[in-house]
Amino acid sequence: MGIRILPANCWIDPARPVDKALVTHGHADHARGGHGQTIATPQTLAIMQLRYQTEAGATPVAYGETIRLPGGVTATYQPAGHVLGSAQILLEHAGERVVITGDYKRRSDPTCPPFVPIPCDIFITEATFGLPIFHHPPIAEEMTKLLAARAASPDRCVLIGAYALGKAQRVIAELRLAGYAEPIYLHGALEKMCRLYEELGVGLGELRPIAGLPKAALQGQIALCPPSALNDRWSRRLPDPITAMASGWMRVRQRARQKNVELPLIISDHADWGELTRTITEVNPAETWITHGREDALLRWCELNQRKARALALIGYEDEDD
Amino acid sequence: MERFAALIDALVYTPSRNAKLALLAAYLQSTPDPDRGWALAALTDGLDFPAIKASTIRKLLMDRVDPVLFQLSRDYVGDTAETASLLWPDPPGVTAPPPTVSNVVADLSGGNRATAPRVLADLLDRLDSSGRYALLKLATGAMRIGISSRLAKTAFAQAFGVSVDDVEEYWHGLTPPYLPLFDWAARGAAPPRTDDLPLFRPFMLAHPLEDLQVDLADYAAEWKWDGIRVQLVHVSGETRIYSRSGDDITATFPELAPALTVPAALDGELLVRGTHQGGEQGGAASFNALQQRLGRKTVSKAMMADFPAFVRLYDVLVLEGEDHRPRAWTDRRQVLEALLPRLDPERFDISAVIEARDFAELTAIRDRARDDAIEGVMLKRRDSPYVTGRKTGFWYKWKRDPLLIDCVLMYAQRGSGKRSSFYSDFTFGCWAGDPDSGADLLPVGKAYFGFTDEELKWLDRHIRQHTVNRFGPVRETDRSLVFEVAFDSVHASKRHKSGVAMRFPRINRIRADKPAHEADRLESLRALIRD
Ligand SMILES: [Zn+2]
Ligand SMILES: [Zn+2]
Repeated sequence: MGIRILPANCWIDPARPVDKALVTHGHADHARGGHGQTIATPQTLAIMQLRYQTEAGATPVAYGETIRLPGGVTATYQPAGHVLGSAQILLEHAGERVVITGDYKRRSDPTCPPFVPIPCDIFITEATFGLPIFHHPPIAEEMTKLLAARAASPDRCVLIGAYALGKAQRVIAELRLAGYAEPIYLHGALEKMCRLYEELGVGLGELRPIAGLPKAALQGQIALCPPSALNDRWSRRLPDPITAMASGWMRVRQRARQKNVELPLIISDHADWGELTRTITEVNPAETWITHGREDALLRWCELNQRKARALALIGYEDEDD
Repeated sequence: MERFAALIDALVYTPSRNAKLALLAAYLQSTPDPDRGWALAALTDGLDFPAIKASTIRKLLMDRVDPVLFQLSRDYVGDTAETASLLWPDPPGVTAPPPTVSNVVADLSGGNRATAPRVLADLLDRLDSSGRYALLKLATGAMRIGISSRLAKTAFAQAFGVSVDDVEEYWHGLTPPYLPLFDWAARGAAPPRTDDLPLFRPFMLAHPLEDLQVDLADYAAEWKWDGIRVQLVHVSGETRIYSRSGDDITATFPELAPALTVPAALDGELLVRGTHQGGEQGGAASFNALQQRLGRKTVSKAMMADFPAFVRLYDVLVLEGEDHRPRAWTDRRQVLEALLPRLDPERFDISAVIEARDFAELTAIRDRARDDAIEGVMLKRRDSPYVTGRKTGFWYKWKRDPLLIDCVLMYAQRGSGKRSSFYSDFTFGCWAGDPDSGADLLPVGKAYFGFTDEELKWLDRHIRQHTVNRFGPVRETDRSLVFEVAFDSVHASKRHKSGVAMRFPRINRIRADKPAHEADRLESLRALIRD
């Protein structure tokens, strides 16, 4: 149930409604509705408002801005490079510095500012891809793979399963960077979030809804849907789709096959093993605390590198479809 | 090796058979010899590197990666080769260029127990993670990527526009990298020689007769025996027994091979002595009895005594160097009858021709087949040559009418490939007693065919609306839908909780009109057992 800041009596990313919540980013396992006060970046607040209509008590904090909490605690928000609006939170109290990363990555992402390493005493890191097998290849390679698959089957459409917040918009933005100027087609569940991204200044090019289009209109096109729709009856309306999935889990063949994925795209908004270990080395904290994900392996790595570390067993965080 | 690795990756993720064939064919066309031949061998289980085991890979990894991190990774991935391909650290400095498939085969074949780990490590250093995966799968002989050797041969035939039957026939005489096969198919050279080898020749198969009637002046009738169709080949002192798919099953029936000493290729039904099929005269036990002999690595004397195997001959393909396949069935039959006295009567007899004046009389004879526990009747055109596969008009199988029983749908599972979004695999059950007094359903069979696309859609909808439980890809339904299930026969089985096993069950009709409690009870199914 989140991380509690004892001297300030408030919570970071609580899983249940609380009086005062500091929220790192808009993903459902970090941002829940119903708090008395929600302190987050303006983009995260906009995302939460879209999802939960929680306007009351919204307190925006810009990147780099420091706010005072009760009990002599201050909180500074810095970019985490995870999704639009995602932040790490630096807490300072009685000369001690604690950084909570939330979810983060170190790769470039056209939809959000990059992660900033913050020197600290205690570094609380995520570990979603905390196994040495996880290595996310350069995203340009995955885009090449995607565009080649599209070109090879002009009668079919490429249907990419992508998480509605962050992943979908990043894939679209990366396609644009790769020079893809055609309209990109969207499942209804992705439309609102894409529109919000555009309102917040992230250009995504021409987007069209899939609903109501005849099969033939989608031949040779690229379409996006939430991962759950990939093998759903919904997908039958598309012309023999090549099922693709944009996720860090696609690194493991068995995971891709379980989901009937024909075109695995290894694209993640989380740090891979190399990024996790490099970041710990770079931040060089006195202590590393590891939250949701595969804590065991990262703990072992800390042990092998003579770093003090412990795992925080947080309830309510799940593997994101990342 | 990069092209082979890309092929393996594409095959892993491609669900459709046609797309797999196209991928394989494109690879075979565009890859030089001998790489493509070695790749083909890897895909058809034709490679063996005994010096390399899963434990070799594990040890190599332990030298380079922390054992705890390896174990955690292995637990997550579930496959040692894949874990190793993902974990293998990039070597420091400049590495040699990636090896070709031929380099890999040469290096691995050259290694022994002691040198194999070093050889493998050097190869791993020169590849990326996809390449490492393909290498480790090839080295351990466990491709398991859903490619049957038949599919690989079909792709070969498709790539070079040759007949897959010819490929099958020449295949067995060759060893990797199959250069004569590529010379013949890709470069138009003479076909590889096969007459001095105990080769498998693809079977001639029959169409179902359906509602057709034939003139017995043109067609001969035989019983359809329920065993396994085999081909026995004897060449230069060696006998091999092949199953329908061309698998060599000689070792499973050690009493048969020594019994054939005439150079020949013969077609027949492998059976076990008994009185189940056709009584005393039929002389054959049930398929169930034969099953005791299947799939065993070692065969005990007692096994052979309790379930003595023999072959009931249908046809002769080759005899003493002469290929009889182009000749008419009548001529081949004469050759076969003349051969019979030269064969061991304990192990061979001949499938008798049914004497019937006309089709009406044959119909009456066939109708009695159920009492005799015989599967049905075969009709063979008297002037038909022995040709591969199913050629319309030559051979027909006329099975007795199926048995029918009403069962209740219990579980449904998603299909594969094109059907992966539909629930199309069904498990159904019969009542263990009186359903109105609380008796439960016991699963009695599974079927995944027998309906139209429209019915499939209807069923898919029904299942989604009547789900009570989910287990991964499987849904448990509320047990409200009745299927009329057709099947060929039913046998006692200790392996199934219901105590019965159906042969060839298929869904005959969807009985949406019938309430589930009116479906059949297990006792009705048991009453049909004729073991
Ligand atoms: Zn997240
Ligand atoms: Zn998270």
